[in-house]
Amino acid sequence: MKNAPIVGTSVPRMEGRGKVTGQARYVDDMVLPGMLYGATVRSHIPRGKIKKFTFGPGIDWNEFVIVTPKDIPGTNCIALIEDDQPCLADDIVNHPEEPLLLLAHPDRHHLQKAVEAISVEYEPLLAIFDMKESEALQQIIWGADNTFKTYLIEKGDVDSVWQIADHIVEAEYTTGAQEQLYIENNGMIAAFDPQHGLTVWGSLQCPYYIHKALIKLCNLPADRVRVVQMETGGAFGGKEEYPSMIAAHAALLAMKSGKPVKIIYDRMEDMAATTKRHPSRTRHRTAVSKDGKILGGEIDFTIDGGAYKTLSPVVLSRGAIHAGGAYYWPSIRIRAKAVATNMPPHGAFRGFGAPQSLFALERHMDRIAQVVGLSPLEIRRRNFLEPGQTTTTGQTVNEDIDLSKLLDRALELSGYHAKQKVFAQENQQSARKKGMGIAAFLHGAGFTGSGERFLGSIVGVEACADGSLRILVSSTEFGQGTNTVLCQIVAEALGVHYEDVAIAQPDTHEVPNSGPTVASRTVMVVGKLVQSAALGIRKTLTANGMLGDSYSPEEFRAACRAYVAKHGKLRSLSQYEQPGDIVWDEEKYRGSAYAAFAWAVYVSEVTVDLTTYSATVNDFVALQEIGKVLHPVLAKGQIIGGVAQGIGFALYEKVIWENGRMKNGQMTNYIMPTSADLPPIRPYFEELGNAHGAFGAKGIGELPMDGPAPAIVNAIEDALHVPFDSIPLLPEDIFASLSKNETPEIVAATARAQE
Amino acid sequence: MSQSSQGRAKCEISFTVNGTLETVHVHAMDRLLDVLRHELGLIGTKEGCGEGECGSCSVLIDGMLVNSCLIPVLQANGTKVITIEGLATDSRLQALQQAFLDCGGAQCGICTPGMILASLHLLKKTPQPTLDEIREGLSGNLCRCTGYMQIFDAVAEAAQRGATT
Repeated sequence: MKNAPIVGTSVPRMEGRGKVTGQARYVDDMVLPGMLYGATVRSHIPRGKIKKFTFGPGIDWNEFVIVTPKDIPGTNCIALIEDDQPCLADDIVNHPEEPLLLLAHPDRHHLQKAVEAISVEYEPLLAIFDMKESEALQQIIWGADNTFKTYLIEKGDVDSVWQIADHIVEAEYTTGAQEQLYIENNGMIAAFDPQHGLTVWGSLQCPYYIHKALIKLCNLPADRVRVVQMETGGAFGGKEEYPSMIAAHAALLAMKSGKPVKIIYDRMEDMAATTKRHPSRTRHRTAVSKDGKILGGEIDFTIDGGAYKTLSPVVLSRGAIHAGGAYYWPSIRIRAKAVATNMPPHGAFRGFGAPQSLFALERHMDRIAQVVGLSPLEIRRRNFLEPGQTTTTGQTVNEDIDLSKLLDRALELSGYHAKQKVFAQENQQSARKKGMGIAAFLHGAGFTGSGERFLGSIVGVEACADGSLRILVSSTEFGQGTNTVLCQIVAEALGVHYEDVAIAQPDTHEVPNSGPTVASRTVMVVGKLVQSAALGIRKTLTANGMLGDSYSPEEFRAACRAYVAKHGKLRSLSQYEQPGDIVWDEEKYRGSAYAAFAWAVYVSEVTVDLTTYSATVNDFVALQEIGKVLHPVLAKGQIIGGVAQGIGFALYEKVIWENGRMKNGQMTNYIMPTSADLPPIRPYFEELGNAHGAFGAKGIGELPMDGPAPAIVNAIEDALHVPFDSIPLLPEDIFASLSKNETPEIVAATARAQE
Repeated sequence: MSQSSQGRAKCEISFTVNGTLETVHVHAMDRLLDVLRHELGLIGTKEGCGEGECGSCSVLIDGMLVNSCLIPVLQANGTKVITIEGLATDSRLQALQQAFLDCGGAQCGICTPGMILASLHLLKKTPQPTLDEIREGLSGNLCRCTGYMQIFDAVAEAAQRGATT
């Protein structure tokens, strides 16, 4: 029996009703009887030895629960990749805002004053605040050489290309830190009782990361630590690792006090203390033939990891692998390095290193075009990866992608050629300079290389007593649509109604570990597993003679009901197995880096006003090939939202640092785009399919973060004929650069603007 | 969190919330946001920044759109307050909520109650808004997920469906 398709249609968002009626429960909406409120005492200096704490007058300290590192039952660390980050700094402070002590009190109004009343005496140590100081080993603040991780990716004989090159194009590009700025601040509640153990509820992406961290910190067996995700108000990578820290703090206070403890950050604490996108520096040196073919190149990609290792090695890996972009490099050498500074650790943010290295590459392609004397379009066409060619890690492109065709369609959708012609005319007379810019790029879905094999994700689908189905995964919903799309996949796989499928609240006591909700992996990797687990349910029903080969959704439901009534339980699990065609050499960093790439061409139209020096995006076309679009409304929402964050990354969002501390940690002075700032953002899709994803889907969550910044900055160069190689690019930066690069055209236009 | 409320006497404040008269015994300078959430259990009103920048805590006071994190509860005395919980009973407003669902106007949902109240406020003033009027009308409410386009679609769709007629 053929049912109407569910995949590919925009079914209602699974948890949508709760969200539009205000009934959805986030962590701050939860109250437990007898609950205390927790707060964190943090360092005010970037680096030093802790000498002494003084608990000031005017506070009845007996009313407070106070946790120090001595109260930690297990190991004082937040377990992740390497256990170098303490839960509470003991003896040495390595960055501003590092947690030192914890307080809890029944009345939350008493906390702030108490935190302020604690003074810390330090013996200050010299600190370092940028990559240059770190690389110069001005101070050794981490390991032997301030280096968290290096990678080397090599392909072909890059040393031989410099002699035969017609042009050698060199430049350096930088990107700044960016705050995820989810609208729901971080928060956690913890409760402990000796019999059942520890439970935490919170705003988070990765329940099992927290589970792992708490086991080590609290020295508890795995079955006595339980992590539950509440509705989560945005994450974007920002709730990948830091929630483990907050859960740890709430847990320590709960264990010491014997009462439930809630910690909710306010905006300033969230901005100042939690992770941001890694600042980056990329150096390109590229050998090009006179007809614009890339012969080879060297790329040095460096990111600032902050004071502890946290996720920097993985961010670095993704950034390095994406550094060569969607082009064919006959030879290349990519050196990547994550260095330590005395800043709060930088972490995951949508794109995870790729927006940084792709900004550099896509700016560099425009620069190469100028040197060779070709258009930005033509230089890309001549170097696009084609099916059968290999990426920088030697992965063969084995899908039928035609990037030139994708580019053509994007140009058409954006009216590129016609607009360029008009702008060339109008710009001569106007102080409002317009330009067009493009970026062509790719983004790998899922964990890198053997990452998915190491994760070995497990998912489950179970039939309930009423015959409906329930998905069991630790994959979390935080706006992207996890709940909806996974339920669509199960409904489609089994030919049942979408309404007959539900998804369990992520709770480590209830759901298996389907891996973290990161890396654009949920729909592609977890989705495929969920599809397979769903089919397992049907197999059991047919094997038991309770379901025929052909059935209606109602018959399926009745069969589930009958099976559960008879046997008590019907559950099907599925675990990831790496397909044979995905081979990765972790030592040499060669092979199939990702099971699938999504491909995109973005086109941006920009106006730079020479009166205010502000750049505004007027129109944005985002065209991508993402396999199969499972839910058009959600897919468009992902692209538009990502592009909006990309526009912020390029033009608005600047973290101001002072001695390693964020100075502008408020929504009033850290500026994200409002509804009045954004252009029409127009998403379009191509659908080639993908053998590795559920119903042909690829990951799309991070892709739209990669393209906007270079497309916009390329458009600004098109408008002004002055190159900009650093983002964020604020009006003052444009002003400063124009003052240094005064072309006659700019001088005349500025004079006109000021008349 | 309000520090100013410590050590001061509580007082009685009465106002109508979603059609029901409520009397609360609170500090006069407590934020309306906290009174709604903690005293009245209306958790649909969300805190995003605590300084009137993000609009997540938007509510209507006597038909005016305000950030409840900036309003001392004293100022609400004797007024009519509408929060997100007040909408579902009003069929006109269900149309707006439905449009948010249909068009993808809600992703993570944390800005959604405030965004819907701002949209409602806009549609009451301007039942058939232009795109520019929608952009302007919602510019006090930040959304980090959607990039706003599908929220604009939702408001336009709600207007077309006659959300305020």
